[in-house]
Amino acid sequence: MNAALTIPRTLDITAIRQEFPILNREVKGRPLIYLDNAATTQKPQQVIDALVSYYSNYNANIHRGIHTLAEEATASFEQTRDIVQAFIGAPSREEIIFTKGTTESINLVAYCWGRNNISSGDEIIISNMEHHSNFVPWQLLCQEKNAVLKIIPIDDNGELVMEEYEKMLTTRTKLVSIVHVSNALGTVNPVRKIISLAHAVGAVVVVDGAQSAVHLDIDVQEMDCDFFAFSAHKIYGPTGVGVLYGKKALLEAMPPFQSGGEMIKDVSIEKTSFNDLPYKFEAGTPNIADVIAFRSAIRFVLECGKEKIRRHEEELLDYAHQELEKIPGLKIIGKAKEKVSVVSFIIEGAHPQDIGILLDNRGIAVRTGHHCAQPLMDRFCIPGTARVSLAVYNTKYEIDELVKGLHKVVKILSK
Amino acid sequence: MNEAGSILETEKEIVEEFALFDSWDDKYEYIIDMGKKLDPLDPVFKTDENKVRGCQSSVWLAADFQNGKLYYKADSDALIVKGLISMLIRVLSGRTPVEILEAKLDFIREIGMTTHLAQTRSNGLLSMVKQMKNYALAYKIKDPLASKN
Ligand SMILES: Cc1ncc(COP(=O)(O)O)c(C=O)c1O
Repeated sequence: MNAALTIPRTLDITAIRQEFPILNREVKGRPLIYLDNAATTQKPQQVIDALVSYYSNYNANIHRGIHTLAEEATASFEQTRDIVQAFIGAPSREEIIFTKGTTESINLVAYCWGRNNISSGDEIIISNMEHHSNFVPWQLLCQEKNAVLKIIPIDDNGELVMEEYEKMLTTRTKLVSIVHVSNALGTVNPVRKIISLAHAVGAVVVVDGAQSAVHLDIDVQEMDCDFFAFSAHKIYGPTGVGVLYGKKALLEAMPPFQSGGEMIKDVSIEKTSFNDLPYKFEAGTPNIADVIAFRSAIRFVLECGKEKIRRHEEELLDYAHQELEKIPGLKIIGKAKEKVSVVSFIIEGAHPQDIGILLDNRGIAVRTGHHCAQPLMDRFCIPGTARVSLAVYNTKYEIDELVKGLHKVVKILSK
Repeated sequence: MNEAGSILETEKEIVEEFALFDSWDDKYEYIIDMGKKLDPLDPVFKTDENKVRGCQSSVWLAADFQNGKLYYKADSDALIVKGLISMLIRVLSGRTPVEILEAKLDFIREIGMTTHLAQTRSNGLLSMVKQMKNYALAYKIKDPLASKN
């Protein structure tokens, strides 16, 4: 592994902010305050540089070429695989499949594993707080196979009702797919327990790590999940890259996802034999530049130190909770004991959309709406929330500005 | 309803009103005020059919055709959107289908609300305009008199 990965660094937020060129820009005449990090994080200079460097110095198609550029590009692309493997503690590099994002990773499992292992009357369990990406593929699969989709309920704090989950598990449970950290509430789910209970009835478990990979330490072996999906763009990396980790035995037994170049071993008129893992699942020319730049994003996170980032974000999250609750009529949705980075809220008499527009007017970017989790919004009987989500570069000053902005918003909307 | 001037004249009026405000907050407060003055929409019109797609908030739009002219009624659960609709209604209601279809609605840009046109997915101003024009198109086709205007 790269030696630079282990050099510790104290978190100097001012210096870190300087690594993100976009944080220098203004919105509506005010300095940008970016609080929509759960949607996508901003990119540090080293990620941008890696993209430019690839296209400027060694752009080539990978794996097949024998010329120098192809060799350099292939080596760099494959190095990201090694680093991702280390980043999530996967036992082998063959288990790291590059996709275009969490959505594609989950769809790959639904398509390749699901279609071959789910039959009529089987049961799939998901939760009431899933992102549509981890909801719709299973709903469609169940419709297609005449299987049963069961939904783990959540309580008023936004935590899974684990007793209900335990009751749902039967010998017909074939798959449990669960979000690790909720994008709409910030709830951290007890995945280890969920997984061991599922394994006890022989079910396979998919973990949607779209929100967790950036905040929590991920060790897929310790977690013992069968599949783990996440996106680079939520970890300070480029868009268009995702990862699917899967246990080797499962991946090997699965048919390919798409077919074409790269995923084959031999093609004759009679028959095609497929390439080995992970290439079997990476048909066609992959997103070479963004995969390469993803490595710089991981390096950035590791250089900062996940633990240090977490402490910084925790402090901000507590502060945000405390200050937001002082705003008259504001109600925080999602008060799980284990929670990271996200504060979702509603304000009495104020539509989230109005809150979002008026905050944008002050250069403050938050998310409003249902956060691709409509079943969750229905559970709380609300059309949506305003959501603040934090990253390493956010500051107390920004929370203060948010709170000031919200006071003004409430004043305007309640006139 | 529209005894005032032409579409262009009404647009010009709105642009002049907005010129009085320096700050964005004031502009939005004015928009919200206009929304509050919108005639209430009878709940019977708040049907799924009358819902404008592509808005983060719920927006209902109904149209009435009388003596060759279209009259719009609308409501929303979000205040800014409601204000934006009230401006559109002020400009477009009481016009003939042809006038409505030909309206360029440059005032939206001129008062600085372009962002609401771009963010179709969440704000839906563009979807609202489209829906209003769809009504006009439908009545133009239905009513041969209207197209001769
Ligand atoms: C929990 C969760 N799952 C899945 C996704 C989908 O990720 P992507 O759009 O990168 O495929 C997201 C993104 O918002 C998410 O937050």
